[in-house]
Amino acid sequence: MTAVAVDPAGVYTLRLADDCLVLSHRLGQWSSRAPTLEEDVALTNIALDLLGQGRAMYARTAELDGTWRSEDAYAYLRDERDFVNCLLVEQENGDFAATIVRQLLYSTYQLEVWRALSDSPDAQVAAIAAKAVKEVIYHLDHATQWTLRLGDGTEESHRRMQTALDHLWPYTAELFESDEVTRDLVERGQAADPERLRAAWDVSVDRVLHDATLERPSASWAPTGGRRGLHTESFGYMVAEMQHLHRAHPGASW
Amino acid sequence: MSESPHEPLWEVFIRSRRGLSHNHVGSLHAADAQMALRNARDVFTRRMEGVSIWVVPSASLTASSPEERDPFFDPAADKAYRYPTFYDIPKEVRQL
Repeated sequence: MTAVAVDPAGVYTLRLADDCLVLSHRLGQWSSRAPTLEEDVALTNIALDLLGQGRAMYARTAELDGTWRSEDAYAYLRDERDFVNCLLVEQENGDFAATIVRQLLYSTYQLEVWRALSDSPDAQVAAIAAKAVKEVIYHLDHATQWTLRLGDGTEESHRRMQTALDHLWPYTAELFESDEVTRDLVERGQAADPERLRAAWDVSVDRVLHDATLERPSASWAPTGGRRGLHTESFGYMVAEMQHLHRAHPGASW
Repeated sequence: MSESPHEPLWEVFIRSRRGLSHNHVGSLHAADAQMALRNARDVFTRRMEGVSIWVVPSASLTASSPEERDPFFDPAADKAYRYPTFYDIPKEVRQL
């Protein structure tokens, strides 16, 4: 099944929904494996917040793209190439430092996106965004608190954070790309302007990295393609794991 | 969860509604007070249980020990005059 969205608004909401679902699943993979019981609950709380945001955006996408698919159809019955999430959220959990850095970089971006969409002329999207802002403020706070403590912590924790930052940094370039979908929607006020996002994101991330004594990596290569369904290697395995139960037992429910 | 020097134990108190006092709800591990507050939010307020959270380092609490139970609490057992119901209310006092 390929995305048949005609209205670019449906493509845009699908991108955000896929970001939420994929990051939610990655965080869910920490369940029962987090460093402490408290952190296990924290990470899965965030995962559930993101799942809720994703569901709402899938439901809106189904109206905008005219397919009226169920949320499950988006999550479980599309193939890897049909997912249009950014590459950053699909990156493997790695160690705890990598998970925290990924969360910091994405939550900072996501918070700006939801804030911008709170004023969307699409009333449903605006309502979803307004609710999500409160949740993502907490996600960002959680990631920030850990970044400060691990970055400015021991020699080992600093080394792990800087390594994770250097590894994940290239994937952030994709977040601020413009294409025909965003250009069209920014004019209609239905998408966050990537240029403005970049400026706000830079200020926010730079401040946290500075306080955490971490060094902002210099721009290197800039992998891209997630928004067009071209994903990194580990993503296929994640999708297979995420979908196998639903595909093995179609229509199964609790 | 073993006791870790990096993540000491904290006692968590939550006020469920405005006007009520904070009640002890449990304990958790955290590296410092700010993280303890956030952990408490995640572990104990998932279902709208509170409007305010206190965290206190468990090490800061001074508790009575079980061995002290008798001298601490037993002497109160036979002092009925410490309860208001011990006293007869004079007839003249109607609205007490």
